[in-house]
Amino acid sequence: MAETYMVKSPLMGTFYRTPSPDEKPFVEHGQQVNASDVVCIIESMKVFTELRAGRPGVVKRILAENEELVMKNQDLMEIEIA
Amino acid sequence: MFQKILIANRGEIALRVIRACRDMGVRAVAVYSDADQGSLHVRLADEAVFIGPALSRKSYLNMDALLEAARKSRADAVHPGYGFLAENPEFARACEDAGIAFIGPSPECMALAGNKAKARKHLMKKGIPVIPGSEGPVATVAHALDAAEDVGYPVILKASGGGGGKGMRIARDAKSLSEGFPVAAGEAKAAFDLPELYLEKYIEKPRHIEVQVLSDHFGNAVHLGERECSIQKRHQKLIEESPSPFVDAALREKMGDTALAVVRFLGYTNAGTVEFLVAPDGAFYFMEMNARIQVEHPVTEMTTGIDLVCRQIRIASGEALLLSQEKIRPHGWALECRINAEDPDDGFMPSPGTVEELVLPGGPGIRVDTHLYPGYTVPPFYDSLVCKVIAWGKDRPTAISRMRRALFEVHTKGIQNTVSFHETILTHPDFIQGRLHTRFLEML
Repeated sequence: MAETYMVKSPLMGTFYRTPSPDEKPFVEHGQQVNASDVVCIIESMKVFTELRAGRPGVVKRILAENEELVMKNQDLMEIEIA
Repeated sequence: MFQKILIANRGEIALRVIRACRDMGVRAVAVYSDADQGSLHVRLADEAVFIGPALSRKSYLNMDALLEAARKSRADAVHPGYGFLAENPEFARACEDAGIAFIGPSPECMALAGNKAKARKHLMKKGIPVIPGSEGPVATVAHALDAAEDVGYPVILKASGGGGGKGMRIARDAKSLSEGFPVAAGEAKAAFDLPELYLEKYIEKPRHIEVQVLSDHFGNAVHLGERECSIQKRHQKLIEESPSPFVDAALREKMGDTALAVVRFLGYTNAGTVEFLVAPDGAFYFMEMNARIQVEHPVTEMTTGIDLVCRQIRIASGEALLLSQEKIRPHGWALECRINAEDPDDGFMPSPGTVEELVLPGGPGIRVDTHLYPGYTVPPFYDSLVCKVIAWGKDRPTAISRMRRALFEVHTKGIQNTVSFHETILTHPDFIQGRLHTRFLEML
């Protein structure tokens, strides 16, 4: 079985899949990513934090919905490590 | 006097207005979003009206919901607090059209004060000092060079379309101005979709010093002294004080008179703050008019003994300001530290969450304005300001010493707080000497 890496939220906030309301999502299911690619944004108290893939690979699962309130340490995206 | 005031805000400022209402025997109506059901301002108001989901634009920025709440609760006035719709002329107008008094300046005045370029131009014509600069935008390098010659180096190029450092370039001579121009224009286009630039004299180590004013509907206006707000992180104030350690009696009089002239020329009413940039040589320049009650108003209240929020309400209800400038004699020194729910040891990462433990300071000369309580969940949807600690002393060293005593007592568990950062600033020799300027924190 392939090794996977879970991108977790470092803080409580609003999960955004896109850089701004009218743009395309950072990543889609099945997309290849580099470790340093931005995969989503967490907005908390007016501050936007970009989250990166952390490992090179393929986006296997997206576990939160756009504009969902997520908790600290909540699982957001699973990367299948290449 | 009003019977009932609806507070179109949340957090500590909503609580502040509720307290003023209570002191005056006026009923207070709170509004709350999904995220604020358990909030202290809701608990302490006389009535509370639900206005929508957590997201600001669906609740605290939702004019229709707020007006409906005012109608439903039969409020005869609205206090907008600060932020949100406090400086939105459309909202002020909508309140008036609905027959509800808006506690603040008129929509027209608000609109004029809110347009930085327009206000600057209007006041420049009236002889109010503004930062020397180009008349309007500088379209080409040649124009920029001409303007720089008039104004004198160093100069700064700024984007017409916005701030926050984008499209800004400091130039100390003609060569660096020519080189910086296209880069600044490119940045401005990328950030604001508008490459337009204007030019100003660049003031090294400026101080942000503002003057509190009160003006009624009968032509009476007074100023209540200045506040120094130079300690800022990314244009957000963190520590404010009154008076300013830089301003002497002569400068105070000049700045006060200028602030009152601004009030006259703008036709401003209610509480407001005239913001100035002050150069090391004592020259001061009008920056903008803040047409609202400000976060840092407590330091002025502590030194003057005047309740600014009550005054706002009284002015709006048609009372004359029975305060004469001669009688206003600020006494002692006040400092305010804005405590945010952020982790200073982790890049100031926002720290929403449930407050499990809370200890707030007290004792001589200490005032605390906060909506925190044990068990309260700080939501992630709004800004991170959770507590203001204000210290008053007979002089600056006493105020600083009391502030340090107070900060030492602050304890939170469940959220992080920025107290340790404030402690670092308060013990810094430059701060203690009053050697402040707007790049103080940058250079820490």
